[in-house]
Amino acid sequence: MTAEFGHFALILALCLALGQAFVPLLGTLRANRLWMASARPMAYGQFVFAVSSFICLVMLFLGDDFSVRYVAENSNLNLPDRYKVSAVWAAHEGSLLLWALILSMWTFAVALFSRNLPLELVARVLSVMAMIAVGFYLFLLFTSNPFERLLPFSPVDGKDLNPLLQDIGLIIHPPMLYMGYVGFSVAFAFALAALMAGRFDAAWARWTRPWTIAAWAFLTLGICLGSWWAYYELGWGGWWFWDPVENASFMPWLTGTALIHSLAVAEKRGLFRSWTLLLAILTFSLSLLGTFLVRSGVLTSVHAFAADPARGIYILVFLAVVIGGSLLLFAFRGQTLQRTASFNWSSRETFLLGNNLLLVVAMGVILLGTLYPLVADVAGWGKISVGPPYFNWFFVPLALILAVIMAVGSVSRWKHHPPAMLASLALWPALVSIVVSAGVLFIHGYSFALLPLVSLAVAAWVVIWSLRDWWRKSSSSRGRLAGSRRLRGSYYGMLLAHIGIAVAIVGVTLTSHYSEQRDLRLSPGEAVSVAGYDFEFRAEERIRGPNYVARRGRFEVLRRGALIAELNPEKRYYSGGGQVMTEADIDGNLRRDIYVALGEALEEGGAWSVRIYVKPYVRWIWLGGLMIAMGGGIAMVDKRYRRLAQTRPRSEAQAGVEVSGTEQQITEGSGAQQQRNG
Amino acid sequence: MERVKLFLPLLIFIVLAVMLYWGLERDPNAMPSALVDRPVPAFTLPALNVDSLDTENLDVDNLDADKGLVDEQLFVGKVTLLNVWATWCPSCRIEHPYLAELTAQGVPIIGLNYKDDDEKARRWLLRYGNPYQLVIADHQGRLGLDLGVFGAPETYLIDSTGVIRFKHVGVLNDRVWQSKIAPLYQSLRAGEEKLPR
Repeated sequence: MTAEFGHFALILALCLALGQAFVPLLGTLRANRLWMASARPMAYGQFVFAVSSFICLVMLFLGDDFSVRYVAENSNLNLPDRYKVSAVWAAHEGSLLLWALILSMWTFAVALFSRNLPLELVARVLSVMAMIAVGFYLFLLFTSNPFERLLPFSPVDGKDLNPLLQDIGLIIHPPMLYMGYVGFSVAFAFALAALMAGRFDAAWARWTRPWTIAAWAFLTLGICLGSWWAYYELGWGGWWFWDPVENASFMPWLTGTALIHSLAVAEKRGLFRSWTLLLAILTFSLSLLGTFLVRSGVLTSVHAFAADPARGIYILVFLAVVIGGSLLLFAFRGQTLQRTASFNWSSRETFLLGNNLLLVVAMGVILLGTLYPLVADVAGWGKISVGPPYFNWFFVPLALILAVIMAVGSVSRWKHHPPAMLASLALWPALVSIVVSAGVLFIHGYSFALLPLVSLAVAAWVVIWSLRDWWRKSSSSRGRLAGSRRLRGSYYGMLLAHIGIAVAIVGVTLTSHYSEQRDLRLSPGEAVSVAGYDFEFRAEERIRGPNYVARRGRFEVLRRGALIAELNPEKRYYSGGGQVMTEADIDGNLRRDIYVALGEALEEGGAWSVRIYVKPYVRWIWLGGLMIAMGGGIAMVDKRYRRLAQTRPRSEAQAGVEVSGTEQQITEGSGAQQQRNG
Repeated sequence: MERVKLFLPLLIFIVLAVMLYWGLERDPNAMPSALVDRPVPAFTLPALNVDSLDTENLDVDNLDADKGLVDEQLFVGKVTLLNVWATWCPSCRIEHPYLAELTAQGVPIIGLNYKDDDEKARRWLLRYGNPYQLVIADHQGRLGLDLGVFGAPETYLIDSTGVIRFKHVGVLNDRVWQSKIAPLYQSLRAGEEKLPR
């Protein structure tokens, strides 16, 4: 019965979403407040049914109901309970249901926290979100129903979850990623609502900002988790592969980053408005593209597409309707009428414009590299890999330039910042960062090369600019503490995120250039020295897990004769699907990771091919990512967004705006603009 | 004029969508290569030293990077396949066992290790076997650029005068070999034997 309940709840959620998609929108056309107000209760109802449906699927997994095809294909009796739960979103159908659930959660949150927004706007936003939900519910019900039964011949036991996915990282990675992807639907819905109303003012940008930052912070976390998972679970010691699946999550992150910055300009200066709307549409379109392309398996092989033509056609039509439809609306309703507010080439606006352009170009490069093999495959040019050399060649310089202008841009003033002043600010950070960079390489005894030297200098440059800016802004006649308290949460968020970028650059640089790795043949009792560490292969033992048996190696790691770690890499043989998995063992701290993985047993009871890595500062990559996400979290809860949201939407001419920190305030009076230093 | 700009994103999207759709519908045909029936571009590159591979004691630090330099004269004298590969290319891994089969049949294959790391390339050949007579190490991708390499893997059929006769983009497998390359390869081999020596 649980499966039927779940199925039925999904149908009810669809019905409510249909109502929510059209009734409030008609209400805005006919100025019927009751119809508009119906959006909220329908959003609550849709959420309740989506959650019920999801819980039913979880219960089917926990209860081992193998009469349901999806359960039989992705779970078995021996699977530990926590993996039974995560198996819910391990394949196509379940992950689509998770997507729909998270969309209904965001819709619920918007309905709940929009008390202070104009009813018309709320009605339009919730309608747009419901339209997307309708698309997903229809896709689920007609082509990818997770509740489909295998009757009358149900299997006694299931096939087992792919062992790669039996991991804590995979329990939380997809939900985080989806929170990010789907969260951009809020910005998208706000953008479409603004286009429908023909109104996008400073207040609109201010309302959209915290939602966009929230989605972006989740996506950042999701990407970090994915990278971390690949690092310790795949057993290759890499942390980023420019794999289509990774690229699919990275592209919306890049345009999302551009979006949160252009929203800042749209709010504070009223510029870049059409561009901001376009970015909101683009970011969500890329999220949709990512979801579908990854989950349908099209990116890895077009034959996945051909295997189920109904799904393929539906995806194409849905993408065409959502992206084409929103761009059509943009073409007809987007206003080219920019405010006459002008800015000098040397100003914060220019830096943010540069940031936006670089981010979008980076996205374009990745999109091209990701889709090209797909296009080549469908066009019959054969299977092609566009490898990391392509991506690194374009992306690394773009990222470094971006970081350089990011540091300056976050300190510069709106409208006009005399270039001579900026140049004088830049002089000593430039010198110091080069010295610091060379010093770091020297102290570690690393060989000098241009790229690591430049990359580390860029990281130091970012940190110096950020901290100096904080030092200046936090000075106060009442002391440093009072001064630093006076600065806003959004300022601290920005600071933390920007320093996070620098931390990640350090991690990426040192790991990419100075990792040591060895593939060796080792027998128990033998020892080898890698990068100053001695590895002794003590013994091999056999162990039994809940749904696998494993051969485990015991390694002792010594540094100058002292034992610093014992590592136990495993080779697991899963009983359900017969797969073999490499479980690497890692001893890590902030300065380095020592990583040992078992390759193949070369002879019975004897030698193994063993892979050993020593990776300096690799954890800084994820530390930086965490800092970026936390920066987003801090900026999102800045009281400013809530306080201003409570005031009546003022006409933009009166909207007072504040610039990072409290040093400068720019007040836009009616027409006349003046700048005063506070 | 200003309003027209707003239609630009929509137009770009439509063009992309039509291209993708057209791509799905298109008759799968090999794309013509600009270099077909032209000689292999001139190059001088190191050959990867794969002889000193020793599974017992792999001392990676002391491996000599190159065996010597090779140039386009390498292809003169016999019909050969030139296979572009790299360790970062998962499709190359799929293709690899078939290359070993071709070698076993006596087809000479020269490898072009494209934008790769010597050490990684050596490990790869150690792990999966070496089907190549010789591997050219194209670190910078210079020769790849001259050849018009789209991405790895790619395979070129080169006749005994060093002229490229056919180019295949993507994984080489038995179907591709039998239908596209083998007939041409056989006739070139036959022609080669008739040549006065």
